[in-house]
Order: sequence, then C-alpha cells, then structure tokens
Amino acid sequence: MNPANYLILSGLLFSIGAVGVLLRRNAIVVFMCIELMLNAANLTLVTFSRINGTLDGQIIAFFVMVVAAAEVVVGLAIILAIFRTRRSASVDDVNLLKY
Amino acid sequence: MNGQILISAAGEFTRTSTGEAATFWILAPVAVLAALGMVLARNAVHGALLLVANLFCLAVFYMLQDAPFLGFVQIIVYTGAIMVLFLFVLMLVGVDSSDSLVENLRGQRIAAIILGAGFAGLLVFPIGGVIEGTRAAGLTAANDGGNIQAIARLLFTDYVFAFEIVSALLIIAAVGAMVLGHRERVGGKVTQKEMLRRRFATGGPVTPVAGPEVYARPDAPRAPSVLPGPPADLPALPPESSHGLSARGNGNDSRPVGAGKGTNR
Amino acid sequence: MAVHAVAAMRPVAMHTVARYAMPHEAQYAAASGSFSVMWLLLVLPLAGAAILLLGGRRTDRWGHLLGTGASAASFVVGLVLFFGLLGRSGDNRAVSQHLYSWIPVNGFQVDAGLLFDQLSAVFVLLITGVGTLIHIYSVGYMAHDLERRKFFAYMNLFLASMLLLVLGNNFLVLYAGWELVGLSSYLLIKFWEYKPAAATAANKAFYMNRVGDVGLALAIMLMFATVGSTNYDTVFGAAAAGVIGYGTLTAIALLLLLGACGKSGQFPLQAWLPDAMEGPTPISALIHAATMVTAGVYLIARANPVFTGSQAARTVVVVIGAGTILIGCVIGCAYDDIKKVLAYSTVSQIGYMFLAVGLGPAGYALGIMHLLAHGFFKAGLFLGSGSVIHAMNDEQDMRKYGGLWRLMPVTWVTFGLGYLAIIGFPGLSGFFTKDKIIEAAFDKGGTSGYLLGTAALLGAGITAFYMTRLFLMTFHGERRWSHDGPEAKHPHESPTVMTGPMGVLAVGSVFAGGLFVLGGSLQNWLAPVVGESVETGAHTMSPAVLTALTLVVAAGGFAGAYLRYQLRPVEAVARPDSDVGLVTVAARHDLYANTFNEAVFMRPGQYFTRFLVWLDTVGVDGVVRGTAAAVGGLSGRLRRTQTGFVRSYALSMLGGAVLVVGALYLVKAG
Repeated sequence: MNPANYLILSGLLFSIGAVGVLLRRNAIVVFMCIELMLNAANLTLVTFSRINGTLDGQIIAFFVMVVAAAEVVVGLAIILAIFRTRRSASVDDVNLLKY
Repeated sequence: MNGQILISAAGEFTRTSTGEAATFWILAPVAVLAALGMVLARNAVHGALLLVANLFCLAVFYMLQDAPFLGFVQIIVYTGAIMVLFLFVLMLVGVDSSDSLVENLRGQRIAAIILGAGFAGLLVFPIGGVIEGTRAAGLTAANDGGNIQAIARLLFTDYVFAFEIVSALLIIAAVGAMVLGHRERVGGKVTQKEMLRRRFATGGPVTPVAGPEVYARPDAPRAPSVLPGPPADLPALPPESSHGLSARGNGNDSRPVGAGKGTNR
Repeated sequence: MAVHAVAAMRPVAMHTVARYAMPHEAQYAAASGSFSVMWLLLVLPLAGAAILLLGGRRTDRWGHLLGTGASAASFVVGLVLFFGLLGRSGDNRAVSQHLYSWIPVNGFQVDAGLLFDQLSAVFVLLITGVGTLIHIYSVGYMAHDLERRKFFAYMNLFLASMLLLVLGNNFLVLYAGWELVGLSSYLLIKFWEYKPAAATAANKAFYMNRVGDVGLALAIMLMFATVGSTNYDTVFGAAAAGVIGYGTLTAIALLLLLGACGKSGQFPLQAWLPDAMEGPTPISALIHAATMVTAGVYLIARANPVFTGSQAARTVVVVIGAGTILIGCVIGCAYDDIKKVLAYSTVSQIGYMFLAVGLGPAGYALGIMHLLAHGFFKAGLFLGSGSVIHAMNDEQDMRKYGGLWRLMPVTWVTFGLGYLAIIGFPGLSGFFTKDKIIEAAFDKGGTSGYLLGTAALLGAGITAFYMTRLFLMTFHGERRWSHDGPEAKHPHESPTVMTGPMGVLAVGSVFAGGLFVLGGSLQNWLAPVVGESVETGAHTMSPAVLTALTLVVAAGGFAGAYLRYQLRPVEAVARPDSDVGLVTVAARHDLYANTFNEAVFMRPGQYFTRFLVWLDTVGVDGVVRGTAAAVGGLSGRLRRTQTGFVRSYALSMLGGAVLVVGALYLVKAG
C-alpha cells in the first residue's frame, strides 16, 4: 500500500462533492457537499504532511477545519434568513440577481 | 498534473504497514459509498448521517497517517459540532424537504456528471501513474515527543499570527450568525395570558395544541393518509405545532402557519 | 524651406527694383507724423458699428447720427492723409504702417499692416466720401424703418471692411477685408430678411462670392508657396523680376481674376449682382454700385505687376470685360425694374473697367479713373432711383412711372446729370473716362484691338439706349399711375437730407471726369503705383475721330430710345415673352445665366449632395449602426447566460477548474 492511495481517494471524494454541489438544490445538502470537498482537501493535506515528513500540512488542515466551522455557522445563518423570508431552502429559488 | 512534481520532496521510501493497508482498503470504499450516498439521498437527514459516516472514515485515515490530533478534532468538531448544527438547521427548515427529481436547469445534470467525472479522472490518473514511485518521509521524527505537542509548538510559533487571525474570524462568524439570525420584535411581547385570551376569543382550541403525530393529518408526510379534510369527529384544529419549527410566523403570531407547505418546489 | 525662399527672395526683389526701376518701392515709407493716425480710418467706422451693435436699442434714437458721424470723421481723416500725401514727392507717396504681427509662425510671417499710397488714397476718399453722402441720404431714406440703427451699424461695418480691403499692405489683410465686405454685403442685402426674395438674394450673393473667394484664397496660397510671402512689395518685386515662372504667374493672375469676377459681378459670376438689388437702395448705391463691386478692379490694379507679367491672363481679363459690357447692356435693355436696369448697367460699366485694366499698363489708370467717375454717377443714379421708389410707395416697375419730372424736380435734375454722365454726354464724367477706355481698346492694335474697341463702342451705344429708356420711362411721357384707386400714388419730392447727397453726387458726376483727365492728373498721380501709361504713339484712329464716333453711336442709342419710348406710348404692362423677339426673351432671362448655373452647378451639386447623404446614411452610419447592433445583439445573447441560478455558475466554475487542471497536466506532461 502506498500513501498516494489517500490522494486518489481524496480526489474521488472531492469530485463527488463537486458533483453534489451541482446536482442538489437543497441549500443544506449543497452545504454538506461543500463540507465533503473541504474534508477531501484536508485528507490531501494530511497525506502530504506525511509524505513530506513535516507537520505543516496538518496545521493547515487544522486551520481549514476552523474556517469551515466559521463558514458553516454563517452559511447556515444565511440559509435560515433566506428561508424565513422566502419559505424555501432551494438554491434555485434565489435567482433574482440575473439579466 | 504531475504527481512526480507534487511529491518531489519525498524522503526515504516508506511502505505502509499491513494493518494500515487493510484499514484503508476497508474504509476507503465505505467513505466513497457514503459520499455517493450523501449526494444521492433524497432525504437530507439521511444525507447528513451518511456525511457523518464519511467524516468518521476520514478521521480514521487521519489517525492512520500519524495525525491523531486532527483525527480527534475531526470527530469532535466535525461529526460532533458541525454536523449537529447541520441537523439542527435541517429540523428548523423542515425535515421533509426533499429534492424534487425534476431538474429544471437544462443540461445541468449531464454536464455536472461529465465534468465531475472528467475532474476526477484528471485528479486521479496522474497520481495513479506515479503511485509506485511515491516516497513518504513519514512523521516519526516530526511527531517525536507527541503529535499534539508538535502541532502546538508549530501553531504557537510559526503559525501564531494565522492562529490569531483565525480566532478573530471565529468571533466575527459568531457575531455574524447572531446578526443574521436576529429579528426585531415589532410591538410588545405577547404574554401567555394574552395568548390564552386570544385563543378563547377566537374560539380556538382551549387545550394545548396536540403534540406531534397525535392526529393523523393529511399534510403530515409521515402520517398515514386519510380522507382529505379534517376528521369529522374532531374540531377544526390548527395544524400540529411540531410541523417544522421553521413554520412559525413572526413573533406576534402564536399560531403556526404555513405548515405542510413544501419547502422545495 | 519657405524661410530660405523668403531669404533668397528679398534681396532679389530689392535688387530688381533698383535695376528695372519698377514703380514699387521695396520699402514703403514708414508712417510718421499725421500718417501715424492711419489706423483711425478703420477704427472710427468699426467703433461706430461696435457701439451700435452692442449698444442695442438704447442707441436707437441717435444711432444714425453716430453712424454718419463715424463715417464723416473717417472721411476727414482720409482727407488729412490725402493732403499729407500731396505734400510729399511723387516717389515717396506710399506710406506703410505696421500695426502688429498677425501670424508670427516660423517661416510664415504675416504682419497686419496698412499701406496708404496713391491708389489706396483715391479709394479711401471714394469710400468714405460717397459713404458719408449715402449715410446722410439713408438718414432720410430709412427714417421710417424700425431697424434703422442696425442698418447704420452694418453700413459702418462695411466701411471699415472696405477700408481694410484697400488699405492692407499684404494680400492676407486684403483677403480679410475681402471676406468682411462679403459679410457686410450679405447682411445688408438681407436687411429686409422677412422678404423671401431678399433672403434668397443674400444667400445667392454669398455663394457666388464664395466661388470667387476660393480663387482669391488659392491665389494667395500660390503666392506664398512660390514667393514665401504675401506682402505686396515682395510679391510684386518677384513678379516684376521674373522670378516667378510664367505659368505660375498666369495661374496666380487667373485665380486673382476669379476672385475679382466674383466680387465685381463679372461674367461668369455676374448673376448675383442684379438679385442683390433686393437690399435697401442706399446699399445698392454704396456697396453694389460705387465701392464693393469695384473691389475686383482694385485687386487687378493693385496686382498690376502680376498681370503685366502675364499676357495670357490679361487677354482673359479683356475678354471677360468686353463680354460683360455687352451682357450687361443687353440685359439692361430688357428689364422694367428700375434697380435691375441700374444693376445691369453697373455690371456693364465694371466690364469697361475690367477691359481697361486688362489692357495692361496702358489701362490700369483708366480703369481706376472710370471706377471713380462711375462711383459718383452710379451712386447718384441709385440714390435718385431710391428717391423715386420712395416717392412711388416702393414701386420699382418703370412701366408704372412716367411724367415725374414736374413733381420731383430736384431728383429729375440730379438723376438727369448722372444719366448724362453715364451715356457720355460731352463734358461730363463718363464722356472723358469711357472715351479713354474705348480709345485704349482700339489702340491695343490688331484684330483684337478692333474687336475690343467695337465691343466697347457698341456697349456705349446700348448704354445710351437703355439709360435713355430708363430716364424717359421714369420722368417723362404720360403718367402711368393715378392719384386714386387701389394703387394710388402721391409722388412728392424727397426731403433735403436725401436730395442734398444727390446734389453733391450730381456735381461729382459732372466734374469728376474732367478733373481726372485734364492734364492727365489722375494718371500721373497713380503712375508710381500702376506704372506709366505708356503711349504706344501710333493711334489706330485719331482720338478726335474716335470721340466723334463714340458720340454718334451714343446719339444713335439715344435716338432709338427716344423714338421708341418718348414718341410712342409705353405699355403699362410688359408684352409677354411670346410677343417679343428671341433676344429680348433671352435678356429677360438674364441670358440664361441662372438657368445655366442651376443646370450645370446647382443640380449636379444637389445630386452629389444627396448621393453623399445616402452614402453617409447607408455606408458610414450603416457601419456604425451595424457594429452597434451587432454588439448589442451579441450582448443580449450573452446576457442570457446570467440566469441567476447559482448552480449554473458553479458548473462553469467547475468547467474552468477542469480546464485549468487539464492545461496544467498538458504543460507538465508535455
């Protein structure tokens, strides 16, 4: 087994998350897909940390987690605010900013 | 993307242990399947649970790769805190909100799948080509004296500035969430006395509103369907109060409104 | 290059002057003493115009007095300068005043300067003198006009412009004056602009003058390109020295001639002058008879070294002059409008002047002489006609006049003297000046001399005919108007303010010619400028015989008119075209000059303009609008991609990411 397999796994997860963002309309599910993509990136960072023999990758992964937490808090608050006014959590319903 | 370049700083060649390999080959399919399941699950709650499973797998992978601190933080922060937050919001918005199967953006689905597959291919195949030559330096030396201690040392020396900024970011996010979630109360606060008085005045139910799933109502998705309209033997009750916490009006209105309206169209 | 040309030219010019003893001093005497107020000549009327135009209605009450005063003051200054000039020796009579550096560009230095020499002097006196008289006359003539103040402002403006024209010491200053008199003429022709005919006539005059002005402008540019300067002394010095090639000299001369033809109403640009009679009669007298229209003659006389140097150009000048004499005469016989007849008479008389100046050194002075005499009698005739028109309630048709001599005795006498002067009655102005020109034409010698002389002689006869016709139809015969009825007329003598100037001009008409001719005074006076009038010695015909012949021809013209219009009754309404001869019909249609211009220049121009408009609309605008429409359409399409669906945007982001990763892969792998 080679550590690079982790990279392949994280590539797959990232792509799945990306496709999920594009396919799903529920804003919360879209958000979860984004979390999946962030975590895939984190796995890459941890793996590179191991391959390179330094801990910087883990530190960055840690920061990613913190930022993700902040992002989730604000993002969910936005979703709630939109839901309160529009009675909908679908990203397709928020399409007023257009031509 | 050239894997050789990405992994250029490899030190001595390190083969993973057999135990790690076994764990990886068991959990990697689980992680992928859980991710796929999350994307494909119609019910958002199911999706959230599958994401939790996926994140657990990732936590294990972190631990396997000499990052026990991150692994535990992953479990505590992600699967613990963040996913609970997700579920909480899901409950607020309405657990029954499932996506309609009709895709209303033409070509979106096909294009998304093709692009996603292409992206995965572009990411995976170059790495696959150099997989045998990958050398891992290993973290044994770096983790000497404990992973947590090593991370702490880095965090509070080299990355202290970033750390402080991120702490500020967290506070800002918390304040931002409060600002976004805050609603001004219009008029005075409605006391329990007034609510009861209003209930009697309008001839509504005098007893407390029934809890969830006491009555089978046609607009409750998990209730067995009955004939349309309120049951003949029951007074015209307001819909169940539990039908989505989100379904409240603004603070002045004690009556749940809009229950049962699909949150997705 | 031009700088070198100038540098190379100047010494040559001066050298030439010394060697060939040309009449032109290379260096004019600088203005000093009383001559330093030369600029006042210009500034007085200009200030009058400025005050009247800027002052607005506040100056209505005394505006005409100020205008007349400015003109008179200018005349006084002119007189002072003239007598100053008299006090100098003959070779020292050209005084130049540098005003300021007008166009100080490297290699192109033009100074605004004035030149007061013998030629300018007589013009200044004519312009300010006749101008002042006509100002006085206008006080009466325009008394009832609400816009009298503006009229005087424009007249003052005209005086200033005309003085600038004759006083400039280089061609560019002359050109500025040339354009300004065009403007004043335009403003005054359309003075009654509510009359469509007046507005149209003003435009026509402006356009046709422009044709000539282009010629003048090109001539000046050619001078600059060839000699490197537009100063009179430099250009004439170079022309006299033969530095300018014959072809270039001829081209300059012909272009100058085109300008002169435009301004002076000579063939082929004569058609505007009769139409310009739509302006008030004092204007017809001042601008379109006495002064402005003779600017062409001035130009040729001023540029005499250029014309002297080019035999071909002079031939064209004489041909145009002779042709215009006959054209003017013939058409003059056909019109019934008193002012139109006088206008064509002007055209014809300027033809005499052109003929004279075209004859070269022998004729320049004669042309100027006739010009001055003509300035007197033609202005007098126009003022007289104005008096008649005034008396007849603005009726201009001579067929509705008749028998006015008893009612308007002063006008009759003054007009009669002018009439006798123009037909060349012995002893009066026209007799001396016109005779000299006919004589000079015959003296040119050869067949051309006979042809030109005959044309001039014939012109004298026809002039006598149509002027007699005009005079008899207006003042004699039975009265073709009535005291009562819908068109009641109450003819009366004009006020003194009008008859006074007429009287002065009549005196001038009588004595000016004799004054100029006796002892060759004017010729000697002008000789330093236009060269000695070289007597070829051998006359083709003895002057006495020729004079007798001229008198006989004129008497024939008079007799014809007397028989036709005095002894036989005059129809009150002109006979229709179908009832008169072909020549009369052609003459009534201005010998088809307007028809020709319209068919050959106006219509093709119009079609060309339409074509250009079409080209602009379809071609230029098409390209512009097409581009705009294409961009607009494309943007409209492109706008549709902004659907507002965040997932669409995310899709394009992923597509971009795929492209970037793919590109990276290709680069690294390649």
